[in-house]
Amino acid sequence: MAALLQIHEPGKTPGADEGKPALAIGIDLGTTNSVVAVSRDGQPEILRDGDGKALIPSVVAYAADRSAVVGAAAKHLLLDRPESVIGSVKRLMGRGVKDMKSLAGALPFDIEPADEDATGMVRLNVAGHRLTPVEISAEILKALKQRAESHLGGKVERAVVTVPAYFDDAARAATKDAARLAGLEVLRLVNEPTAAALAYGLDKQAEGLYAVYDLGGGTFDISLLRLEKGVFQVLATGGDAALGGDDFDHAVAEHFLHRRGQRTGGVKLTSSEAKMALMAARLAKECLTNQDEGDWVLDVNGEQTHHSLGRDELEALIAPLVERTVNLCRHVLEDAGLTADKIQGVVLVGGSTRVPLVRRRVGEIFGQVPLDDINPDEVVAAGAALQAEALTTGSDTLLLDVTPLSLGIETMGGLSEKIIHRNTPIPVAKAQEFTTYQEGQTAMSIHVVQGEREMVDQCRSLARFELAGIPPMTAGAARIRVTFCVDADGLLAVGATEATTGVEARVEVKPSYGLGEEEMAKMLRDSMVHASQDMATRLLAEARVEAGRSLNAIAAALAADRDLLERGERAAIEKAMARVDAAVKNDDRGAIDKAVEDLEAATFAFAERRMDRGIRTALRGVSVERLDDGGEDAEEGAA
Amino acid sequence: MHEQIKQVPRSRPANDSGIVVCWSCKGPVESGVLFCPVCEAVQPPGQLDHFFRLGLEVSFDVDQKMLDRRYFDLQRHLHPDRFATKTPRERALSQSQATSLNQAYEVLKDDLGRADYLIHLQGAEVPEGCNLINDQKLLMESLELREALAKAKTAVEVDALAGRAAGDIETCVEQLSSLFAADDLEGACRLATRLKYFRKLAEETRQARARLVDG
Repeated sequence: MAALLQIHEPGKTPGADEGKPALAIGIDLGTTNSVVAVSRDGQPEILRDGDGKALIPSVVAYAADRSAVVGAAAKHLLLDRPESVIGSVKRLMGRGVKDMKSLAGALPFDIEPADEDATGMVRLNVAGHRLTPVEISAEILKALKQRAESHLGGKVERAVVTVPAYFDDAARAATKDAARLAGLEVLRLVNEPTAAALAYGLDKQAEGLYAVYDLGGGTFDISLLRLEKGVFQVLATGGDAALGGDDFDHAVAEHFLHRRGQRTGGVKLTSSEAKMALMAARLAKECLTNQDEGDWVLDVNGEQTHHSLGRDELEALIAPLVERTVNLCRHVLEDAGLTADKIQGVVLVGGSTRVPLVRRRVGEIFGQVPLDDINPDEVVAAGAALQAEALTTGSDTLLLDVTPLSLGIETMGGLSEKIIHRNTPIPVAKAQEFTTYQEGQTAMSIHVVQGEREMVDQCRSLARFELAGIPPMTAGAARIRVTFCVDADGLLAVGATEATTGVEARVEVKPSYGLGEEEMAKMLRDSMVHASQDMATRLLAEARVEAGRSLNAIAAALAADRDLLERGERAAIEKAMARVDAAVKNDDRGAIDKAVEDLEAATFAFAERRMDRGIRTALRGVSVERLDDGGEDAEEGAA
Repeated sequence: MHEQIKQVPRSRPANDSGIVVCWSCKGPVESGVLFCPVCEAVQPPGQLDHFFRLGLEVSFDVDQKMLDRRYFDLQRHLHPDRFATKTPRERALSQSQATSLNQAYEVLKDDLGRADYLIHLQGAEVPEGCNLINDQKLLMESLELREALAKAKTAVEVDALAGRAAGDIETCVEQLSSLFAADDLEGACRLATRLKYFRKLAEETRQARARLVDG
């Protein structure tokens, strides 16, 4: 017996301690660049390439055989084969065709026409391949995974991936799907500003109210957090999932093209030329961080034009965009019921916060010089790595986040009725009752939207749910209780029951901009040869965790109540435990499940005796101070 | 907060002893405990009232610092981040526990949410929306203030109304405290409605101000 207990120390899972515990990594999957990090003993380490570079450009180049190159190498190919290179794909995650932003009528992406039956997620043509943003992101994640594996010298299968706080449900789900395609289990999606606050706060021992201003390549977030003794509590968050440095580039590129048009007459751009114009614009923007002015060349249709630009002109071009972020800062302060003077410090995150105008305006709105003693490109990945370590090996820190957007359902007249309001702490669940309006109606459709506007068509459509299997009743008699849950990843789940009969209605999800289940399954089959094997490995790991749970529970019960068993009975239970223990050491999932089932059966009588004794002891206690409270509960039970 | 899910009072287990089965080790646990004392498995959140869940006395006067501390302490043990490598069942239970905790915290930290909830616990309900029919004085006030807000052309005028709303909100909260202390349920109901109305007015002044500033 002693030996058995030794094997199952509480908290240790049989099977997990074969070899070193696998490390989980932190990934900042950015619009322009991505970073991967790992944390050990609370010390995050950014994983760099041979040249010491942390940033992997989020750019993917596809070859004719569909094989992909990621990062700097792909970026270089942009000059020679722009049609086979794609960047900024994060802006398309969970997006439809209508969300695309064009440059002089051309998109820096080749959009494929949508299939009739497919969901609304945009499809792209890269080097002649039809691809979803999810698949392209998966290539970036695979490259990050590889970098981590070569650094750590072993397989990496679990990760914390960061997303913009203002990402909606569709974009979050798409990110999780991409990780699955890359063979990574997402332990948690963490909001980028929250991850940054975690890394910053732990590093600097910061306490008090902090603002995180995160302006990346394609997204803007502003989060207000309370930092207190290891607690990172998000009070309010706001932002724009389609506002970032890319938009600065757009403004500059449009300016260049406008000038060029005045000289050469207007031209329609191809998508490749749009990419080149954006690249020149971006170079100009970056140079003007330190320089006051400069000259740039635009090479479109084999015709070169020269453009000079000064920092003043750049600032005039991007000022309306920067003001949008300033207004969002104001709104989020109001949402949190705070004024700028209450904010202890402003942390700048994201490469676009290097733009001098941005720093100046942030300083003005918060009435203080923003903190810049961190690397704005690396702090998010560092936070993700810290959280990955906390999730796998335990920690005292606590991240309490909120849902960035209100969740509503469509009601009569195309109005959105808010069910979960923005800035509600997650996880959260709210229930709403619906009724039928027709005699014998057995199904109804519910449209879920996300956003703050009153009209449904001005909010973002998340999904349409079909509630089927409602028992036929007279109109208005059925009471269908629909529960909306947002989990700690910020992802929505929906359940429904008919209240008068207790019948569970089926909920079929058709995500408006996500991938359908079947499509995802097909991608997994296509892209990962070992998909089925990976699935089996995962199920085996789960069976082992469950077996460990069961063994721990029964070992604890034996330790507490062993006097309830005869010697022979105890021996039988111990034998069943030993069989589970043996099964766990092998790779046969069926055998593990069977052994656990047998163990449950072997302990059935023991459990009954424990319950009997527990109830008897409790009733003895109650009978002395008997409270007169039986009656009022009865009616509730019938509801 | 008035849209919140109706709280079903704590339902007692069938055997009336307050003892239920631990889902993991199958032994007896007191209903409402967070973890099984024997096998340490996390238990379902059950139907506890919000005050009980956060270990606070049922009262309108809640010490915000104490509320935060209790909430953080409980989340430290129950948040899904603590269960990332556990079995699916434990992860799901942690999610329900954290959800219940968040719900209780959201209601109790807000003056109006707490007032509504206390009234609800005593078996009454604050009327939905802003039902002013029973309160002639509030009805007249509301008409007058709304008219003033509609006419306001400058930020200064809007700010004056916002200040009026803020002052009234403060008074409402102070009076609610003494009404609850005196067990004046009817008075508390009236004040909660008034608080709801001035909250709405404060929100409208914010929107009006944003419109004036943003142009």
